[in-house]
Amino acid sequence: MKINRRGFIGSGIAAAAVLSSPMVMASGRPRVVVIGGGAGGATAARYLAKDSKGAIDVVLIEPTRTYYTCFFSNLYIGGVRDFTSIGHTYGKLASEYGINVVHDWATGVDKEAKTVSLAGGASISYDSLVISPGIDFVEGSVAGWDLTSQNAMPHAYKAGSQTQLLKAQIEAMPTGGTFAMVAPPNPYRCPPGPYERVSMVAHLLKNINPTAKILIVDPKEKFSKQGLFEEGWSKHYAGMIERVGPDFGGANVEVRPDSMEVVIDGDVEKVDVCNVIPAQKAGIIAELAGVTNDSGWAPVTAHDMKSKMDDNIYVLGDASAQGDMPKSGFSANSQAKVCSMAIRGALTGSKVFPAKFANTCWSLIDTNDGVKVGAAYEATDEKIAKTSGFVSKTGEDDAMRKQNYEESVGWYEGITADMFG
Amino acid sequence: MLFGVFPAFSQNDVEAGAKVFRTCKSCHSIGPDAANRTGPHLNDLFGRAAGSIEDFKYSKDMMRAANGGLVWDIEHIDMFIEKPKSLIFKTRMAFRGVKDPVDRANLMAFLRQFSDDPSNIPEAEPTMAAVDPDVHPLILAIEGDKEYGAYLSGECTTCHRVDGEDDGIPSIVGWDVEDFVTALHAYKNGHRLHQVMEMTAKRLSEEEIASLAVYFSEL
Repeated sequence: MKINRRGFIGSGIAAAAVLSSPMVMASGRPRVVVIGGGAGGATAARYLAKDSKGAIDVVLIEPTRTYYTCFFSNLYIGGVRDFTSIGHTYGKLASEYGINVVHDWATGVDKEAKTVSLAGGASISYDSLVISPGIDFVEGSVAGWDLTSQNAMPHAYKAGSQTQLLKAQIEAMPTGGTFAMVAPPNPYRCPPGPYERVSMVAHLLKNINPTAKILIVDPKEKFSKQGLFEEGWSKHYAGMIERVGPDFGGANVEVRPDSMEVVIDGDVEKVDVCNVIPAQKAGIIAELAGVTNDSGWAPVTAHDMKSKMDDNIYVLGDASAQGDMPKSGFSANSQAKVCSMAIRGALTGSKVFPAKFANTCWSLIDTNDGVKVGAAYEATDEKIAKTSGFVSKTGEDDAMRKQNYEESVGWYEGITADMFG
Repeated sequence: MLFGVFPAFSQNDVEAGAKVFRTCKSCHSIGPDAANRTGPHLNDLFGRAAGSIEDFKYSKDMMRAANGGLVWDIEHIDMFIEKPKSLIFKTRMAFRGVKDPVDRANLMAFLRQFSDDPSNIPEAEPTMAAVDPDVHPLILAIEGDKEYGAYLSGECTTCHRVDGEDDGIPSIVGWDVEDFVTALHAYKNGHRLHQVMEMTAKRLSEEEIASLAVYFSEL
């Protein structure tokens, strides 16, 4: 392992913080600190608390008091769901599962002292640390865009106020205006997500602004469920959606937030709304903890999601580099259960079973036109490896597509109950 | 499932089948004057897409199976008659099933007379013995490990809710162990169709299915 300068300085600061700020003391029970209350972290915290029946002291660090799921946020944009339906709070995790929910930002990890420092000044010690922070954006990946431009050109790729902002901008578009999306390069959170979003934007525009256009600028040759989306777009939104792939300059893009322009391979397009989804990397705390590598993601062992950089740290979900699983809420939830079982085994001696992973992603193309893709995975010494999979087919009948959608609604209720109790 | 496991129809007795049909008659009719009653009419049953009789109100679970592509071929009719719940968990067909494979074969021989072109009924080997088309008793006898089931259940609870809500996705809580094992094996063997469930069940071992069944039966 390479000890870099930042890691060294970071640990020094954390050690100083231990002396000067209130410290939550370990009480004899082993303590697991979980950073991030999304599909990976909330699930891990809940399963650790539930299955250890109080034998493990679980601390969950999550800055937001109401968590908005990225999955189904596109359905809010499309007007299929209301905003409150994708918001969740942590009350049950605290009251029913005894989890110590701390609403604060984790700002550093001291791997030697095994402590997490918080923006509020506190430092919390751990026996095992689970880092599940989701994604952050790679600076400079879209020329002309940085976080200060996110009001003019929202990413809406972390759900919440950004999602509301994007929807409001689409609703305010002039008649016949243009919605542009700068799609991200691989790998990124939720592979079908940008294209489900395009579908839902088209659905909304078809109702309120049917002469509007959608322009996708995409650095990728191919994308997830491409055949299904393209079939659906020509069926439901004929003539509305245009995609510029890398063969026509989709990878050579610059945005100008001040003048609302998108420059594709030198050609300037004036647009009315621009959704910029930049290239992604592990949430910054994983980097600060020193568990990421040059790829920007955190490599983990497939059997238990343990970091390859530190024996007491586990990384879940989007932030991890684990092998074949897509970065999705379903994947994070699946990994969290394997991980919490492994941690319980290590800390309390409970039985450890072989890892099993699964993922299914549903996408909505139009009202009652849902499609899905899924796969099963196993742990090998090298990576999480795909063993089998399926994907919806083009030309399926309406009844099956409607059932897919209804199933996805059931899944949403299922996974959020699995995360938040 | 090989067709060969079904008893030879040539040996089957349509008249004996008509007698078995008496137990069905209170709800189903068949023949020239057949109409929908408590259950749908059974003319042209062989090869019929499940849930396809218009104006008949099917159960939610039957419609799920229908949307998944269930067609009433001989294998599925046989499974359904044997134990309706194993194929369609919350079917409205409140009927315990016909356990004896010979009775079922006779009944199907009777029913096929009212289907135009039951081409999917094979010519069976006359010497072929009747075997249980469904889950072998030895599989049903496997004792599950509840703790293992609890761990494995994590894969189920991403979609199926433990509070028993069944909006969009059926509830799997509190099932009889045998029903649960039978249903998962039906997906594993491809009798029941559903992309996610077939994928999930296919990689579960018989022990793992038994373990899940015990765990969910006691929730």
